[in-house]
Amino acid sequence: MMNDTFNIDGQEVPFTPGQTVMQAALNAGVFIPHLCYHPEFHPHGSCKLCTVKVNGRPATSCTLPAAVGMEVESNTPEILDKRRVLLQMLLVEGNHFCPSCEKSGNCKLQALGYEMEVFTPHFNQFYPDRPVDASHPEVLLDFNRCILCELCIRASAEVDGKNVFALSGRGITKHLIVNAESGKLADTNFALTDKAAQVCPVGVILEKRQGFVVPIGQRHYDAAPISAHVAEFKPTAASQGERS
Amino acid sequence: MNDTDAIKDVLLRHGNDGTRLMQILRETQEALGWLSPTTLTAIAKGVGWPRAKVEGTAGFYSFFHTQPMGKYRVLWSDNITDRMLGSQDLMQAMCKKLWLEPGHVSEDGLVSVDTTSCTGMCDQGPAVLVNYRAIPHMTLERVEQMAELIRNETPITAWPADWFAIEDNIRRADVMLACVMLPGDALKVSLARGAEAAVEMASNERSWREAVHSADPGPGITLDEIKKSGLRGRGGAGFTTGLKWEACRNAPGQTRYVICNADEGEPGTFKDRVLLTRQPDLVFEGMTIAAYVIGASRGYLYLRGEYRYLLDPLNALLASRRAQGLLGTNILGRAGFDFDIEVHLGAGAYICGEESALIESLEGKRGVPRNRPPYPVTHGFLNQPTVVNNVETFAAAAMIAGRGGDWYRSFGTAKSSGTKILSISGDCERPGIYEYPFGVSVRQVLEECGAKNVQAVQISGPSGICVGPKEFGRCIAFEDIPTAGSFMIFDQSRDIFEVVRNFIHFFAHESCGFCTPCRVGTTLLKNLMDKIAAGHGTQYDLKEIHQLNSVMQVSAHCGLGHTACNPLVHTLEKFRPTYERRLKSLDFEPAFDLDGALSHSRQMTGRDDAGAHLSNEPETAAEKA
Amino acid sequence: MNAPEKPAKLKVATCSLAGCFGCHMSFLDIDERLLTLLELVEFDRSPITDIKHVGANGPCDIGIIEGGVCNAENVHVLREFRANCKILIALGACAVNGGLPAQRNHLDLRNILEAVYATDTGLASGTQVPNDKELPLTLNKVYPIHEVVKIDYFVPGCPPSGDAIWKFLTDLVAGHTPHLGHGLIHYD
Repeated sequence: MMNDTFNIDGQEVPFTPGQTVMQAALNAGVFIPHLCYHPEFHPHGSCKLCTVKVNGRPATSCTLPAAVGMEVESNTPEILDKRRVLLQMLLVEGNHFCPSCEKSGNCKLQALGYEMEVFTPHFNQFYPDRPVDASHPEVLLDFNRCILCELCIRASAEVDGKNVFALSGRGITKHLIVNAESGKLADTNFALTDKAAQVCPVGVILEKRQGFVVPIGQRHYDAAPISAHVAEFKPTAASQGERS
Repeated sequence: MNDTDAIKDVLLRHGNDGTRLMQILRETQEALGWLSPTTLTAIAKGVGWPRAKVEGTAGFYSFFHTQPMGKYRVLWSDNITDRMLGSQDLMQAMCKKLWLEPGHVSEDGLVSVDTTSCTGMCDQGPAVLVNYRAIPHMTLERVEQMAELIRNETPITAWPADWFAIEDNIRRADVMLACVMLPGDALKVSLARGAEAAVEMASNERSWREAVHSADPGPGITLDEIKKSGLRGRGGAGFTTGLKWEACRNAPGQTRYVICNADEGEPGTFKDRVLLTRQPDLVFEGMTIAAYVIGASRGYLYLRGEYRYLLDPLNALLASRRAQGLLGTNILGRAGFDFDIEVHLGAGAYICGEESALIESLEGKRGVPRNRPPYPVTHGFLNQPTVVNNVETFAAAAMIAGRGGDWYRSFGTAKSSGTKILSISGDCERPGIYEYPFGVSVRQVLEECGAKNVQAVQISGPSGICVGPKEFGRCIAFEDIPTAGSFMIFDQSRDIFEVVRNFIHFFAHESCGFCTPCRVGTTLLKNLMDKIAAGHGTQYDLKEIHQLNSVMQVSAHCGLGHTACNPLVHTLEKFRPTYERRLKSLDFEPAFDLDGALSHSRQMTGRDDAGAHLSNEPETAAEKA
Repeated sequence: MNAPEKPAKLKVATCSLAGCFGCHMSFLDIDERLLTLLELVEFDRSPITDIKHVGANGPCDIGIIEGGVCNAENVHVLREFRANCKILIALGACAVNGGLPAQRNHLDLRNILEAVYATDTGLASGTQVPNDKELPLTLNKVYPIHEVVKIDYFVPGCPPSGDAIWKFLTDLVAGHTPHLGHGLIHYD
């Protein structure tokens, strides 16, 4: 029943049975930072940006089913501080050089950094040696920017039915691979029209010959911070309830 | 047999079933030496999985190699107890003899040498795995002999048999280790209890019709004994076993599973190894009892890859139990009581000791812990209701089923019934296996294993707790110091800082990588500890450790991330001087060696003058002039 | 009654290490606000003055540093700033995370030097890597400045805009924890 509610930062938020805390919050226009969440996919829970406190205990809001009477803290200084650290971890793990990145201005990682006033990566940069795969005629893969959100993996498997992407390695060596013995995207059945080509929140999966076509000032997150875009993140029916 | 046929052979043996990918990859690697790109393609085709998914599984586990690693792969167990016994020097000596660098393959492709996480031979270290066969008690002499055998390409089957002898070292047996129940005893008692109850119910029922059609009360009554016993899980988490079995029994679903967690990856833990050597019947009996209670027909024993040498003996025992009617269909003549067990090997991933990651691995996937809820009791193996319990828990369950819950309650403390097997290693005269009733004090344990001048004890492994002499009066019990069994002793000569550094390297290596805080956090912590070890640490770095700890505790996905900071935080509290004496007095130091950072330029220009060097210390005014 | 004493001006020093001076150019985009600033600060070492060493005339209150650390000289200058300034600010992407020069970090410096001075086309024969003692040696990797000394504040951007720099400095001088809202904070 839509009368079921929980409380987030003093605001009552309605939810339907089966919805997660994040889905209900976003649906109600309450922004919770996220990177591995997507309105059309089932919850994933890896980036941990959406960490909140529920009745005093930490929880991952994108995977936690909402329940009546929950007291959720999201925008407290303590939690914002933890989220900032998580962003800093991501910023030092990859090679996130914004000045030359085609995704700049449309990038969720960057937009969250601005939203949360992350001025410095704080930790020591890892400067990993990551590859660039330019084999495909229409799409470039620049793994320097990969944040391991697995959206491309899920999109390719669940929407495109193609399984183009997967993960290999463990721990800090974990990395994206493609479904080809050669390891090259051109040797898969990936296409620019795939859902997987559209879901990357950062600058890994890029349409060739489309870099920097939108002037600074007109890019997606130029006019308003990411939190103002909350309506774009409303969960769809497909993402809720039991996974098929 | 050529490669293609070898692969086909393995696939056939496993019914081309992708959920058996772990066994398929292991057996293929054993046959072909490594998992080449074409091999992975063939396997993917065989099981009908996307190639990238198969490659992803192969790339997750330490024991699968997608690069040639030599005909011989020697892995040195790198637990702190191995190091205390000189494993590092021995490994260096071996590398010298074999003309290679650790972590690399020799030029002729013959052999590779590297470290691996604790192999569970802590009471008889230093230990190695040679092509995943365990060899304890390494010495310089054995290193030299081994190098000879490798250079002569002598097959491992022809190596001295006594090298592979693994000791049990049972120093103190109690009810479990001394248990003399025969195979089937506990099952017979449980079935009899059930039959008795059925008769009673029938005589109390109003109509014989109702009595005949009522469900067998046996499983419920056995469950009651388990609950009465107060048994709690022995794998570290300590969840009440009776509640777990009950939740699974009541979960909606048709097919249920029983899984025994024999991954025993927590460094310093080797008690399950000994249980599976000395009381395997008890363990299998416990699994069968669980199957009886929850209504499962299939069970798996997930055995860590480091214990590969137990695979054949365990399979032989399963065959024997089948022959005795204790496994298979109609167990002990009871119609409809069907249950069988398979042993599946892991492949070198500590995280697979976490129950949901273990299940993922059993399904042929990367060992990544699942989002919970739901829990395995309702959605486990293949999303069916599943009970996952530790080896020791199942053994205890068998004893309880056979001798009753009240009997079990008579040992231990009010909140922690029964006994606990401790695996003791490190600085003591008699490392090995000790079984105590819960409530035993740390002090008593230290006395009885012959530990002197003890500086600290790490209880329950790196993810557990480090205690100093002030706390030796505390007890091993869920209400005080809970433990899965690992008990590592460090005397006054040991450097606690280096102990902790070894632990954090372990966590960074074993992180599954799923969540940001643990994947990046464990590496950041490792780098910080290395920085302090290199003499570049300051108070700033100690503050950083605390900050990372607070982030990881709050946002990590599973217990590994939550507890990775424990060793640092506990020792900063109780052994702070061991950090401080390594710090420089400045309040910030670069993490890297500044002079070392000019090495490439010095090489390319051939310069070595004063201007070609930097110091990590800022210059004095006199030096600048 | 005496006229109230004017508060002493803050001493500010600036430099560009492995930077392109673009952040300094952006600083000048505060345009006529520079005159207002000059009522509150005086410059020690900077492109505007001809002072060679920060702190030669006494300690500075604020040190603003553009550029990351790519060679030995950068290290010496950065340390001099740390020793002689109460507060250090990393200005721009290069100082904050290594920036453009750090894009070489995944490559081996030896290979780069060899290519540039020995094997690339168009080199006179016998060319070698310059090794005069006057030249600072290059570090194996480029580092953000906070990995070499403790840095107190960071202003990201490539470059940060004049408005962002102005907002940041005026907040700081007024004693407020600097805050850059949407539009002022950017990494590109």
